[in-house]
Amino acid sequence: MQDWLKEYETKLPFTVFELLKERTKELDEKKAKKIFEKTLKEYKKYQTIPGEAVGIIAAQSIGEPGTQMTMKTFHFAGVAEVAVPQGLPRFIELVDVRKTPKYPVMWVYLKENKSREKAVEIARKIEMVTVEKVASIKENFAEKEAVIKLDSKKLKEHGLKTADVAQKIEAKIKKKVTVGRNEIIIKEKKMPLKNLRRITNKIKQVHIAGIEGIRRAAVVQRNGEYVVQTDGTNLKEILQVEEIDHTRTISNNVKEVEKVLGIEAARNVLLNEAAGVLKDQNLNVNIRHLMLVADLMTVTGIVKPVGRQGISGQKRSVLARAAFEETVRHLLDAAIDGTEDKLTGIAENIIVGKPIPSGTGKVELIMKMVKK
Amino acid sequence: MIEKEIKSIKFGLLSPEMIRKMSAVRIITPDTYSDDGYPIEGGLMDLRMGIIDPGLRCKTCGGRMNSCPGHFGSVELVRPVIHIGYVKMILTLLKATCSSCGRILVGPDKIEELKELMLREEEGKTIIEEEEKEALELIKERMGEEEKDITEEKALDLIERAKKASKCPHCKAKQGKIKLVKPTTFYEDDKRLLPSEIRERLERIPDADLKLLGINPEAARPEWAVLTVLPVPPVSARPSIILETGERSEDDLTHKLVDIIRINQRLADNISAGAPQLIIEDLWDLLQYHVTTYFNNEVSGIPPAKHRSGRALKTLFQRLKGKEGRIRNYLSGKRVNFSARTVISPDPSLSISEVGVPQEIAEELTVPVHVTEWNLDEMKKFIKSKTYPKANYVIRPDGRRKKITELNREEIVDELTPGYIVERQLVDGDISFFNRQPSLHRVSMMAHKVRVLPGKTFRMNDATSEPYNADYDGDEMNLHIPQTEEAKTEAEELMPVEKHIISIRHGEPLVKGHHDHVSGIYFLTNSKAWFTREEASWLLGQIGIKELPEPRSNGKYHGKDIFSMLLPEDFSITYLSKMCVHCGTCEKEKCEFEAYVKIEKGKLISGAIESKGVGGELLKKMFLEKGPKITREYLDRVTKISLATLMLKGLTIGLSDYDISEETQKKIKKILSNGEKEVNALIEKYRKGELESTPGKTVEETLEDIIMDVLARTRTDVGRVIERSLGQENPAVLMSKSGARGSLINVTQMAGCIGQTSVRGKRISRGYRNKSLPHFKEGDISAGARGFIKSSFKDGLKPTEFFFHAMSGRDGLVDKGINTSVSGYMQRRLINALMDLIVEQDSTVRDASSNIIQFAYGEDGLNPMKTGEENLKEKISD
Repeated sequence: MQDWLKEYETKLPFTVFELLKERTKELDEKKAKKIFEKTLKEYKKYQTIPGEAVGIIAAQSIGEPGTQMTMKTFHFAGVAEVAVPQGLPRFIELVDVRKTPKYPVMWVYLKENKSREKAVEIARKIEMVTVEKVASIKENFAEKEAVIKLDSKKLKEHGLKTADVAQKIEAKIKKKVTVGRNEIIIKEKKMPLKNLRRITNKIKQVHIAGIEGIRRAAVVQRNGEYVVQTDGTNLKEILQVEEIDHTRTISNNVKEVEKVLGIEAARNVLLNEAAGVLKDQNLNVNIRHLMLVADLMTVTGIVKPVGRQGISGQKRSVLARAAFEETVRHLLDAAIDGTEDKLTGIAENIIVGKPIPSGTGKVELIMKMVKK
Repeated sequence: MIEKEIKSIKFGLLSPEMIRKMSAVRIITPDTYSDDGYPIEGGLMDLRMGIIDPGLRCKTCGGRMNSCPGHFGSVELVRPVIHIGYVKMILTLLKATCSSCGRILVGPDKIEELKELMLREEEGKTIIEEEEKEALELIKERMGEEEKDITEEKALDLIERAKKASKCPHCKAKQGKIKLVKPTTFYEDDKRLLPSEIRERLERIPDADLKLLGINPEAARPEWAVLTVLPVPPVSARPSIILETGERSEDDLTHKLVDIIRINQRLADNISAGAPQLIIEDLWDLLQYHVTTYFNNEVSGIPPAKHRSGRALKTLFQRLKGKEGRIRNYLSGKRVNFSARTVISPDPSLSISEVGVPQEIAEELTVPVHVTEWNLDEMKKFIKSKTYPKANYVIRPDGRRKKITELNREEIVDELTPGYIVERQLVDGDISFFNRQPSLHRVSMMAHKVRVLPGKTFRMNDATSEPYNADYDGDEMNLHIPQTEEAKTEAEELMPVEKHIISIRHGEPLVKGHHDHVSGIYFLTNSKAWFTREEASWLLGQIGIKELPEPRSNGKYHGKDIFSMLLPEDFSITYLSKMCVHCGTCEKEKCEFEAYVKIEKGKLISGAIESKGVGGELLKKMFLEKGPKITREYLDRVTKISLATLMLKGLTIGLSDYDISEETQKKIKKILSNGEKEVNALIEKYRKGELESTPGKTVEETLEDIIMDVLARTRTDVGRVIERSLGQENPAVLMSKSGARGSLINVTQMAGCIGQTSVRGKRISRGYRNKSLPHFKEGDISAGARGFIKSSFKDGLKPTEFFFHAMSGRDGLVDKGINTSVSGYMQRRLINALMDLIVEQDSTVRDASSNIIQFAYGEDGLNPMKTGEENLKEKISD
């Protein structure tokens, strides 16, 4: 790269710079430089000016159309798909950073994404199989035993053998079982009989194949490729599967992504999910407003919710916290801590009646009057 | 000039000494006023605590009612009581410290460890404050933060350890088990700990140990949370009100203080009389109750103190708390002067940057003008004037404010010199803030130029209704008049309507033509818009243009040419209007629907202008290319000329516009019955058990999905037939096509069929057992029995249909109500979290503690309002 170009590399956004570089390749330096100079001038014209209260703008831009969002919890986009949470409840879920979303969904992209059969095969492979799904359980209270009758057809479908199932059950309930032909018998000698019921309930949920937590996996088409959409998430386990595209497979559970892939991934999931909700609702909001929210929630390295337990509740200023929620508690705590409020934020300055440090209030101007 | 400025606020507890020191009077009697209505000395209304009656003087500072800020008094409590806000802290301290030596109940090694951590943290901080260092230091800072977390964790762990200890590692004393019986009674191994004993124990805890326990001994010694003296707030903080009957009604706080003083007195009497311990303890508990409820009247476990009427008293905590509390209602939100409020109505003759103000309001609101030698005569004219516009007040250089009356008018005119401030009435051209609540975004408040008009309502150009989300069915709006030069300049530079035509939310126009503006401009610009010379000159005369365009070959004037005169000369744009039917092969200029809008060098070549022309693409491009001023002028003229065109051409709809030919009616009937048949067939299939479920759903759910699908399609089919039958010329179709008002669904529902009604997003199934209304058989799930309405609004609904419609309508209302409150709270939380984020001089986005949130706003620093950047819809693809 020529020396003069380097100067622009830092000054212009990356994509703009690359595009210009490509397009001015044939031009001589003087002309090209002129184009770069003009672009830079134009770019600067559209900059956000210092002092702009971008936080308030973002909050308003998201909040104002909030009144137009539906409260309806979910919809079924198309016939075969898994429920996708949407609307205001989902948005609130995102800014609250719930541990588990109401409708956890994973998008499992595949290395080989053009064949439907392959996709179906993988979907079946990752779907969680419990004993309940492949067998019927009968309790024989007289003999104090539970009889598990396995459906051999279903077993075959998942490539399992009776012995495998027996082994899994044994591991779970820590008890010897008797294995028959397509049949497993568990004896529970201990009284009362209630114990037997407890054990059968436990056995029903024993996970014998697939990935734990994935209640259902369906194959859907997305931008011309086959993708497995799951109901229930387990990002950590799914990433161990050989056939999937590890670079794109993602969960809609922000907390989970934070744990498995890290904070930057969590930020992007937050951003994409929020943008997706607004897009579904046909609401038009510029992406940078959502980016600011996502960035604020993730700057510290952990995902923090918006609200009492998160950003608002952890502000440095006592007055700002007291003005939001739990007024008295914050004031009482401040007193024993001997907190000093330096009045650097907006809310504090409004409370004490000073100009706010934003916009024109951020600039200090001193004029020297010349005496006549 | 700001003389004193608050730089910071430090919080802390008041020590008893401090309370006594700041006390202007010791309150000893529970009475307030003597029989002659004069405050009793040593009573709760003592004149030394400030005054609330006009005419009296404060006995402490000598100030009058509006100059004396009020002074605290105090009550000496004969027995200490616990401060209800610090019960938790006291419990922790009692558990974590030794009952005999007061030391924290962990070994010296642990203490040292934590101390060291805390020390290091402090030092780390000072290093960074001292000087900026390079990257390495910054990394250290980050690590320092992590260390802080470790310190915090360690401290918590230390407290937990101390709480569990049964023997003091310092003095080897055995520790009893401390128990709290809510709200304020403490026990040690089932033996009652009286507040006096608790206080003694807290006193023993050394300062050094308090630091480890998260208490700053300089701001708050824990024993101060066990009160021995109670501060009595100044009377101005608890003013009594005089009822019409002449009776005095005291403030809730005064009532509570009376209780406290009375019980305190009784306790003192009993003690000095040597009453038995039991009685003293009872009275002591009663004193504790009163002090507790004085602080917080919503403590769980004890009944709230009540008025005679049964209403719970509003005491200190309640005064601060919540939306109507001191902080949110009086500190975060403030009342203002120089404002007005009245009903709004639209007025197309105003510019979008203007607001029509009733003269009555203009006479009341004033603008302060500094008198200089250059405006002296002008100001004198205002003062001399006996009718609008005149001056209401003058402010002398010494700050004295004088009302101008008949008597002193001449006198003031004579003495007026530079240095005076004249408060003159509002006149045309003054700047004002115009606002409609709820102020959900920043364009809910914009600056308008005042136009004083007759009438009693605020007038505005309807193009500005969208940012305010206003209509004219009785909406009221507020007007504020900035009072300083700074405020006026900011209003004019930052807040005028024309600079907010494009929203910063999505870079699309918000200020734009609606309704009549759209249909009017359509009538002006479609191919049949021919005007005679008279008509054309009248139209252009409406917007002050005094020349005519070239007539066309037939000697008449075409609307397209007239419209072209409104456009800036070098403005070009080509777009497909809303009339486009997406026919596949674009005929461009020859489009039969005139959907191909082409403007070249300020001339409308082809296409009819519709909603995108008075908003949307055209306005956006004009704003970005030509700037606010030209766009405003365009909007002002378009709104006027489109209404003028409507006056010539006229647009009206009546019942007959929804008449459908018999043939079409038959078609509709057929579509409906086909739909019904299809649904019935599905139900039949389901009953036979032949319907296959989609994965993850039950058969019933699948059936519902398909039925909904079929019925929705049926309605759309009806709509299509109706549209064809009514034709493009039909005013209702025209309105929906041009984007003036309504949609094709509205037309369909009026002329054809209303379609499926829903409750909670599903077909209506609730009401009776297995049926929605008594008119149906149990288990009937056909279209009609589940809320499908075959009738149209014009034909009228059948009784069952009418009921379904009402159900659906109510569901919508309920949903809307819930939705607004939920989304309102979400917005409050977002605003609170994000409000401190501001772009700094170095173009980074930072919060109040100067932490960098983004290095460049939105990663490239661009402002969507300036770029008009493409929005989410296009940007995010799955």
